[in-house]
This record gives sequence, C-alpha cells and structure tokens, in this order.
Amino acid sequence: MGLEAKLQQDGFFTTTIDAIISWARKSSVWPMPMGISCCAIEMMAVGDPKYDIARFGSEVMRFTPRQSDLMIVAGTVTYKMSHVVKKIYDQMPDPKWVIAMGACTSSGGMYRSYSVVQGIDQFLPVDVYLAGCPPRPDNLLNALMQVQEKIGRTKARDFQDLPQPDFTKQY
Amino acid sequence: MDFKEKVIQQLNSQFPEMKLETTDFRGDFCIKFSPDNLLMICEFLKNNDQLKFLLCEDITAIDWASRTNRFTMVYHLFSLKNKFRLRLKTDVDDSTTSIESVSSIWRTANWQEREVYDMYGINFLNHPDLRRMYMPEEFEYHPLRKEFPVMGIPGSLPLPKK
Repeated sequence: MGLEAKLQQDGFFTTTIDAIISWARKSSVWPMPMGISCCAIEMMAVGDPKYDIARFGSEVMRFTPRQSDLMIVAGTVTYKMSHVVKKIYDQMPDPKWVIAMGACTSSGGMYRSYSVVQGIDQFLPVDVYLAGCPPRPDNLLNALMQVQEKIGRTKARDFQDLPQPDFTKQY
Repeated sequence: MDFKEKVIQQLNSQFPEMKLETTDFRGDFCIKFSPDNLLMICEFLKNNDQLKFLLCEDITAIDWASRTNRFTMVYHLFSLKNKFRLRLKTDVDDSTTSIESVSSIWRTANWQEREVYDMYGINFLNHPDLRRMYMPEEFEYHPLRKEFPVMGIPGSLPLPKK
C-alpha cells in the first residue's frame, strides 16, 4: 500500500472513516468453514503453508459462526442439511458474506437428484460462486480476493440498518 | 462336498416339503423361496452348527415395476466359519406390501430394514423401530420406487426461508 513509506515521510496521513473501516474489514475476513464434503479438503489445503490463506488475513478459521464474517459453504448441500446451514448462517453477526465453493454448492453439480439442493442461492444470499469440482486452492484464494474487493467497496453506513444478532436466542 | 450342495442338502433335510429355487451365476449362489418361510429359513441358516450364517451383510429390495410380484427382498448373508456368501430372495406380498422383519434374528437388520422401508416403502412386520433412515420423517414418498421422478416432487422437501 505504500503506507509505511508515507508514514516514514510525513508521520501522518489523512483518510476517511469509510475507507479505513472497509480496509480493516477486508483485511481480516474470518471464515466460518462450512465443510460438508470433498471441497472441504481443498479448503483445508488453503490453510497450509503452500497456499497460505494467512497472506490475506483470513487464517483464523473460526469453528463458531458467532465470530465469523465469511461463510465458505464447501460441499454438497442436501435438503436435510440446508436447514443446518441456514441455522449456522443466521447466527453469524452482520455484516457477513458467503462463498459458494464448488459445483455442488453453486448449482447442485453432478447431483441432479431429489435429495440435493440445486444451488444454495435458493436459501442463502451468495456473494461469490466458485467453479470446479473441487476447485483448486488457488481458486478459493481468488474467490476470497473477490470477496475482499466487494468488502472494499462497502461503506460503514451500508450496514447501519441491519439487525443486531440476538445472542440470547436459542437456536 | 461343495459347500453350495451342503447348504441345499441341509435345508432340504430340515424342511423336506419346502420349495426352494436355486441359481448359481458366476459364483453368486442364490436361494429363492416363499415369504412365509422367511423366518424359519433365516433362523435355521444362522443357528445351524455347520452353516453358521452369523453375518447379515446387506438387506435390499428390487422394484420390478411391471411384474405381478412387484417387490423382491434380497438378503446377503455371510458365514464367517465357512467363508461363504449366500443370497436369499423372496417376493413381497403385493396386497399389503409387507414382510416379516428378520431383525429378531440379526440385530443389524434393524437399520438395514429401515433403509429399505425409507427407499421402497415396504413395511416390516414386528420391526422394533420402523422409522425413516435418510429422508426427513415427514417426507411422504419412497425415492427408489420406479414411479418416483429422479428430481423429486416439487415442494415435498422444505427449504429454509431466504
């Protein structure tokens, strides 16, 4: 960013609250790994030193939705499982984003069948769709960068009317 | 003596009046009989000292769609003592679509018969806990029946609200 050079030169810089907040948000996207089937293996590979999701500030895989910003739905979502996915998504505090990882999650993939939801966008607002069966780890990193770009375009007041999560609610 | 002949010989000597059809295709030995004899035969196959078919590997069914006897039950047994696989087949009664449960003989048959009930809608009489295995309990159809469309029946499985 050249931030260090700027700071060394002048000792200060000016910005807007929107810019600094969205920069902070996109640089620390904490994923909720919703690993349902084989895509989850590639998602694990993203965390290892070779692909290293930590370069993007997203190494903190939170296995609780209440500390997460981004849900990576990785795997075949059946009708039975869809209620679980939605229940976990509902517990994530706003603002939140969703990556539909892989063919099954995006469109049902090879499972054109009575038991598999033909695309999770039928019940979740998806931000980035990710092709592949399963997608390569670099592809998931690319999706994460797209989410970051999307977050970078937001303004702080975009989320002011969103309902606060009710942590006392029993799910 | 071949073990296949031994199985038949034992069954014939125990149940002389019973009608058994046997087929032997590429080493898959199969016995077909009337559903009334199911429990007797299964109990004998399991408890006979020489046969000892202690392991019920799989229970499944066939939907013939057009025949008079629509469903056929298939039991795969394995004798650990003799290292021998045996397949039993019996037709399901068309009017009631029900058959005796073998879960009193092999406990593992409990879940296997639940699966068959879920997928084919065959009722097992005297089953201890006949609930669906895979599909939600309020689901009304049986997916592996031939008339069930592969993409399911729209609206039969609820999705969460967006």
